[in-house]
Amino acid sequence: MKRLDRTTVALLASLAALLASGPLLPRWALFLLTVSLAKGLVVLGLLLLMRTGLVSFGQGLYFAVGAYAAGMMPAADGLLLLLGGGIAAGAVAALCGLLLARYRGIFFAMLSLAFSMILYGLLVKTSALGSTDGFNVQARALALVPAGGPHGRYALFALTAAAASIAAFALHRFFASHLGRLAPAVRDNELRVEYMGASVRNVVHLNLVVAGVLAGLGGALTALAVGHIDPEMAYWTTSGEFVFVAILSGTASVLAPFLGAIVLELLRSFAYEYSPNTWQLVVGASMLLVILFLPSGLWSLFSRWRKALR
Amino acid sequence: MSAILETKELTKTFGAVTAASAISLSIEEDTVVGLIGSNGAGKTTFVNLVTGYLKPTSGTIRYLGRDITALQPRQVTRLGVCRSFQIPQVFDTLTAYENLLVGVGIAARHGGPRKDPEEAAEEMLQRFGLDRFAGAPAGILPEGVRKLLDIAMALVVKPRILLLDEPTSGVSSEDKFALMDLVLGAIRADKVTVLFVEHDMEIVRRYTQRVVAFYEGRVIADGEGAAVLEDPEVRRYVVGEAAPAVRPC
Repeated sequence: MKRLDRTTVALLASLAALLASGPLLPRWALFLLTVSLAKGLVVLGLLLLMRTGLVSFGQGLYFAVGAYAAGMMPAADGLLLLLGGGIAAGAVAALCGLLLARYRGIFFAMLSLAFSMILYGLLVKTSALGSTDGFNVQARALALVPAGGPHGRYALFALTAAAASIAAFALHRFFASHLGRLAPAVRDNELRVEYMGASVRNVVHLNLVVAGVLAGLGGALTALAVGHIDPEMAYWTTSGEFVFVAILSGTASVLAPFLGAIVLELLRSFAYEYSPNTWQLVVGASMLLVILFLPSGLWSLFSRWRKALR
Repeated sequence: MSAILETKELTKTFGAVTAASAISLSIEEDTVVGLIGSNGAGKTTFVNLVTGYLKPTSGTIRYLGRDITALQPRQVTRLGVCRSFQIPQVFDTLTAYENLLVGVGIAARHGGPRKDPEEAAEEMLQRFGLDRFAGAPAGILPEGVRKLLDIAMALVVKPRILLLDEPTSGVSSEDKFALMDLVLGAIRADKVTVLFVEHDMEIVRRYTQRVVAFYEGRVIADGEGAAVLEDPEVRRYVVGEAAPAVRPC
């Protein structure tokens, strides 16, 4: 058997640490971690798009589609709702991708934002889906463990941690594959990719769908954790938050988005606790500090540390 | 020998400018052909037309008997017509090795040979003498090395005909012959037909079996190298010899 590479080892260790610490954590921390890992999945998709040279300000669209699909499905088990959310978001991404894959830069960013705001508008006007109030989501069981209570909460947390780890591992392998290598090639030189015989549009489309599926999974898991969904999930500030986390975490590793998401949730929770009227100021100032002192994101702390050890 | 590439009455106009005017050429398989002409004569336009980057205003292009006139660059490439660029078009953030690996991967997905991709990329690095740059990002490589990498990237997708756009531009005159020896040696090892655009007449004389001279979008001479280079029109419009002085009345 080949030796496991560093990222795979780090992923396995993180998953083991999460699963082991879960039962010991207070309820608020377990919830915070579950939501962070779920949102980290969305940011993982953004990382994939950034590797292709694209920044999407509309991942909230797929996040909301995943959540609403999970909420509307008749299935009783959270695992099925999760799958449904991922598939529904992937299908929407495949459809929007037909148009999005033609655009780059600011046009891509604005068009992705426009698509998400169309869904927002539709959800707000649809009274059957609770309009601006949204509706409650409750799975009866999670991977056969009855929902609710400490066991149910832990089951959801474990399911989220497992989904995050599997997705991160799959993407890590994808980056090293031929199709994965085409993404930075497209970012660097589209003309050359075409002149080597590959379709740039297909590469972009594929990455859009993968990012959409990841955002859908994140949305479904968030819906299950929070127990409620509303149109805010598709609103542009939600999409902006994902871009915020992507910049905060850096794009150097598939683990970075999860670290970034956890840091943001912690920061927000504590800022809200201690300065409820100015918590946005605290979050904004932290972002400014990261951009000034860690332009490659929080993950660059690890690379600096590793260099210093050498 | 049969024709691998054939153009008939190929014409391209940009508004009032005619960049290619009724070019009819037939390129034999397994040959090396030089395209010469002063700046703006239509050499690069011809390369762009053949590889699908530009759509001709009229005329046809046939490759191995098949009409490829309306195809996209990627479709033309998959069939076996590839090109290199005057200004190297490489993937700056990928290493030289990864640059080639991208090409090997694409070729394998479109019916190319399915041998070990890593091995194929390494073999191509060696063939172009690029092994010692394998791990360096292409963006920081010297221009001459990027130029070689650019040509290697065109060859790694297994073409049957390769169009080189000014392979020696930006290379010092004393290095030109060594570069052409290396490049043509690497390409001809696979018996790939070569069509190359060149300004240096010494290079053209030494490496080609046939020379096609362009002037204002037209072919003004076509034939064996020495003969074309001696042609008075070519001497006047391409080589740049002074026209016979016109006596004032």
